[in-house]
Amino acid sequence: MSSFWSIWITVITLGTILGCYLLLRWCLQNKTGVAEGDDMHHEFDGIVELNNQLPRWWTILFYVCIVWALIYLVLYPGLGNYKGLINWQSSNQNIQSLAESKAAVEANKTNGVINQYDREVEFADELFAPIFEGYYKKTIPELAKDAEALKIGQRLFSQNCSQCHGSDARGQRGFPNLSDDDWLYGGSPEKITETLMNGRQGMMPAQLDAMGEKGIQELVAYVLSLSNRPDLDQAMVDAGQAKFAICAACHGQDGKGNQLLGSANLTDQIWLYGGTDKAITETLTYGRNGVMPSFRNTLGEKKVHLVAAYVYSLSQDK
Amino acid sequence: MSEAIQVHPEYNYKVVRQFAVMTVIWGIVGMSVGVLIAAQLYWPALNFDTPWLTFSRLRPLHTNAVIFAFGGSALFATSFYVVQRTSNVRLFSDKLASFTFWGWQLVIILTAITLPMGLTSTKEYGEMEWPIDILITIVWLAYLINFFGTMVIRKVSHIYVANWFFGAFIITVAVLHIANSMAIPVSLTKSYSIYAGAVDAMIQWWYGHNAVGFFLTAGFLGMMYYFVPKQAGRPVYSYRLSVVHFWALISLYIWAGPHHLHYTALPDWTQSLGMAMSIILFVPSWGGMINGIMTLSGAWHKLRTDPILRFLVVSLSFYGMSTFEGPMMAIKTVNALSHYTDWTIGHVHSGALGWVAMVSIGSIYHLIPILFDKPRMYSIKLINVHFWLATVGVVLYIVAMWMSGVLQGLMWRAINADGTLTYSFVESLEASKPFYLVRFFGGVLVVAGMLIMAYNVYRTIKSDSEELAIEPEVQPA
Repeated sequence: MSSFWSIWITVITLGTILGCYLLLRWCLQNKTGVAEGDDMHHEFDGIVELNNQLPRWWTILFYVCIVWALIYLVLYPGLGNYKGLINWQSSNQNIQSLAESKAAVEANKTNGVINQYDREVEFADELFAPIFEGYYKKTIPELAKDAEALKIGQRLFSQNCSQCHGSDARGQRGFPNLSDDDWLYGGSPEKITETLMNGRQGMMPAQLDAMGEKGIQELVAYVLSLSNRPDLDQAMVDAGQAKFAICAACHGQDGKGNQLLGSANLTDQIWLYGGTDKAITETLTYGRNGVMPSFRNTLGEKKVHLVAAYVYSLSQDK
Repeated sequence: MSEAIQVHPEYNYKVVRQFAVMTVIWGIVGMSVGVLIAAQLYWPALNFDTPWLTFSRLRPLHTNAVIFAFGGSALFATSFYVVQRTSNVRLFSDKLASFTFWGWQLVIILTAITLPMGLTSTKEYGEMEWPIDILITIVWLAYLINFFGTMVIRKVSHIYVANWFFGAFIITVAVLHIANSMAIPVSLTKSYSIYAGAVDAMIQWWYGHNAVGFFLTAGFLGMMYYFVPKQAGRPVYSYRLSVVHFWALISLYIWAGPHHLHYTALPDWTQSLGMAMSIILFVPSWGGMINGIMTLSGAWHKLRTDPILRFLVVSLSFYGMSTFEGPMMAIKTVNALSHYTDWTIGHVHSGALGWVAMVSIGSIYHLIPILFDKPRMYSIKLINVHFWLATVGVVLYIVAMWMSGVLQGLMWRAINADGTLTYSFVESLEASKPFYLVRFFGGVLVVAGMLIMAYNVYRTIKSDSEELAIEPEVQPA
């Protein structure tokens, strides 16, 4: 904020409060020219007004609130660029990246800034870190059998993951079901951790330009045949098979996908974006983009460890 | 109640009659939509899978209908009435008055059609798209010219306090509406706000909170300052209190918006400033309550027999309660618990149903016999029934929302020993469900009261004056 606006804010703020104070002082004195308790000698449609003194308790309340507000504005930010005596701020409001955030947290410590958000995070980290530290020493398959650990993992899951994958982890259109045995990038403890820590970028390229609308219909027929869909036009299936070579680059010659690339297995009956003729046509025509965000910076590796254990446990026989 | 009623042919009562009747009709419509959406929160199937019946589209319809259709009609009726009676002169322009009435009805109908269609500017409490916004501006300017024109040609030397409040409300609402609605149209039914990000949020709540401060408070204080002393037959308690609380109220309210945006991307200084001013605002707000309640000194016995006065006094009690609750909720620490919960909904309704609706209902009951030249309302007993339905309904509503709100706030912040949240959102929603039923029931009582009012108003207008001249039985509380 420029100093002009800072001064502007300060002047009108203090001016308003001072104005209220002076108004109160002025009305406390009887300057009406009418004796106290008498009527004001003007009448409106039969209504008269008395010249009564302001109630004492109300006047005191007014003073108390004005003084309180002034003290608050001295201690806390409020008057333009003035930061307040106790150097308090709610959070690092001007940061635009994680790096700036980390730098700001450190700078606040050295400058003695009371940053409410930083302090709450620090407090929580100190209080809860030992719990996560303990679990981090165990392996994921071990934790998958530990009821307490799974409970914590499930809570973390419901707060961080359920928005997309559902509170029962069964996913929804565009977001994989995590409770079955079908994995795009692999279901081993290491792979799940990798997915959580680094995130994933799934990309199915659009085929409209390369294949044309007819070509896409033929491919749809062939793709459906891979999971034994009945009542397909065999001529279309054959034509599609001939064009499948380009798809095989990612999905494999047999269409079973490749976990290294995150390409889907087309031979089972599990469809991330829908298995109807229409949905597959849409997938082929326009392509798909799937994003699993990285939780490295938000949850950190120790909490991710527990989430991974919970997700891993879902696909294990109990 | 039975004071001699004089007919003043020199006043324009036509526009007052029109708005007074529409107050009752729009009150029933707006509150019924509220009851429907309250029911939808308990029985979600009640949207019948129909887009225009969904909560998301009917909620803005409800808020706009009760604030601008019901509250607006009540303000137009009473301000046009009060400015004439206390200035001792007929309205500045009958043509502008008529234009204001029909223009405002057109605004309401266009809003009632476009909002359920999903056409919205997404500005809370001002969701209408730009053509309606322009129409509102024109109608409002006609109102402004007519109101101030009447004050200019007044036949008394002073301006009565009710008119200060009406005047402040009319000017400020014009400024708020124009600034908040600034948008770039891309088609007849779609526009984009000229503000973005935190500035947009701040403008929105500067407008939103002053819709409360000026539309729902200053305007209705104007109403209070005429109808309370008139109905009680007592002088206004303190002229000096009116002076200090009027100027302090209007100069402080305009700062209070940021308390809707605590702990958001709004700069810290703006949040603190909004909070500090909201706290001081508590005192002038209570100034109005004191002046109203103390006006009853020496007339308290009338409460035993006059249900209209009861409406007015209970409205002041709810006003006092809401204006204590508001500054308290503006404190950041309290807000951290109350924000985004049903507590806010309860607070709004103790203001909207307890204060705004009750003071309007009392004033309309006072007005109807005068406007239609009858000795009194058709049934004083039914006014009393309405009073109890409204009071019990509002109390049920507010208490249910307080309990639900505090419960939600506590559940959302509860954490386990490992630092994770104890409850998921849906668990807090389940916990609120019984309170939603109580709230719905409270709303049904309020609407039932409004239907009784409509019947009573209809019978009064249709009745023979001589028949009503017989004194009714006393209606004890």
